[in-house]
Amino acid sequence: MKQHFPIFENNPELVYLDSAATTQKPKQVIDAITSFYEKENANIHRGLYGLSIEATKKYEEARKIIADFINADENEIIFTSGTTHAINMLVYTIDSLTWTEKGKGKNEIVLSEMEHHSNLVPWQQLAKHFGYKLKFIPITDNFELDHNKAREIITDKTAILSITHTSNALGTINNAKELINLAKQKNPDVITIVDAAQSVPHIKIDVKELDCDFLAFSGHKLYGPMGIGILYGKKEVLDKLRPFHFGGDMIKSVTLEASEFQPVPNRFEAGTQNIASVIALGEAIRFINRIGLSKIQDHEKQLKKYALTKLKTIKNIDIYHSSNTDNTSSIISFNLKGIHSHDLASLLNDYNIAIRAGHHCCMPLMSALNITGTARISFGIYNTKEDIDKLCDALIKIQEVFNK
Amino acid sequence: MENQAKDEKGKFDKENHGLSLLMYRENILDLYKYPHNFGSLNQATHSHREFNALCGDDITIKLIINNKDNKIENIKFQGSGCAISMASASLLTDEIKGKTLKEIETIDKDKILNMLQIPISSVRLRCALLCLDALKGALK
Repeated sequence: MKQHFPIFENNPELVYLDSAATTQKPKQVIDAITSFYEKENANIHRGLYGLSIEATKKYEEARKIIADFINADENEIIFTSGTTHAINMLVYTIDSLTWTEKGKGKNEIVLSEMEHHSNLVPWQQLAKHFGYKLKFIPITDNFELDHNKAREIITDKTAILSITHTSNALGTINNAKELINLAKQKNPDVITIVDAAQSVPHIKIDVKELDCDFLAFSGHKLYGPMGIGILYGKKEVLDKLRPFHFGGDMIKSVTLEASEFQPVPNRFEAGTQNIASVIALGEAIRFINRIGLSKIQDHEKQLKKYALTKLKTIKNIDIYHSSNTDNTSSIISFNLKGIHSHDLASLLNDYNIAIRAGHHCCMPLMSALNITGTARISFGIYNTKEDIDKLCDALIKIQEVFNK
Repeated sequence: MENQAKDEKGKFDKENHGLSLLMYRENILDLYKYPHNFGSLNQATHSHREFNALCGDDITIKLIINNKDNKIENIKFQGSGCAISMASASLLTDEIKGKTLKEIETIDKDKILNMLQIPISSVRLRCALLCLDALKGALK
């Protein structure tokens, strides 16, 4: 598989175990960007010449591929610059859905303790400015969300439920569907949001099955380019959502006094979009589809199993991973006792092993676990058992030096 | 085997990454495991706590400064962090103990890096300088 990824050709010794931060890019995706700028570059939508018409066609084709990938309709896909951007944009105008006559008295936002800062800090701001109360579903000793507590925390006053689908720090895959159902039983008008940044590259996401109102993910964690992300929104909900950006391309007609907006989803895409990256993301999904997501999942499952078994044989290791490995992704957090995770990551770099260390943008989660950070490994389709062997050998060598 | 030996050498020669295997030639690890001037200080006249939000390093420096001759009579630090932050705090506290405020005025980033004697990459610089920030905060 590595042969599809030029990074490994240019860095033959690289053991890349940081795909949860960003995946490497297949040649096909890189070529799509180059090809667009070299052969097809033009702005989309209102151009009446061949290049622009072709660019528009490719842009909208990519939207279709992305929509199909998560079982959405094309007009439910909004392009953003990434997951963080998607959640922030939604937060800007979500009051148009929740701060309504019907929403009176429903003043609670429910999140979880394992949220990435990008699905926490924007809600803190919304809570601050609108007087919402933030509530958090805690984690169990087995690094999973506590659904018993969730049943108490989610109430008929819950206006917004925003939950990570897969924890970027723990790898836990949450039962988002159950939480969404629970919230809708308590308040049929609740707005539900799923942060699927760590799920979409690894497991089949079906927005219709999840029945969420919104879902956000990033292209660059999905073998696509940086600077492109998706905000999915249910059509009937998007119809009611106030646009967050105003300007060119999102309008139907403009007078000096007022404007009429385009229909969904174009009304949410003001200004020139990241067209090359949209097209390249479409290409990334073509790449994934050709291999098959279930094949990718199987491969990563094998690797995870192998890595967990092997890591557990290392002395003085703390692994923060649910024992229910059917519900975890290929992300493993751990610490070696007496070695700070940043030292570990720096030393692994000497063995050309790239891992992430620290709080993983989940400071409240680290506090709940009573640690300051972890070393985190995460897999992509290019990883092999050999990568894990190299990691474990290096960990043992580093431990020997530290415990000398 | 021969290849491996060559690789090991290659690693030692690499100087562009924060905490490389080079550190083993120095006292950094010893200072990490057995820090100098570590602990609390009763009757401190000055103290300050500094965090490194990026990696969770946390250092509190406490000093007793004699207000007659402005001499640092005692200094201790407490906290937790990576090897670099702990080692540099040990070295800094060793360096300034018994000196006057005037004498330590010139302590800066370069001085700390010089004391550490290992290459510090930009991403680890904050770790190395956390103790200096804590000291400056305490003396403010």
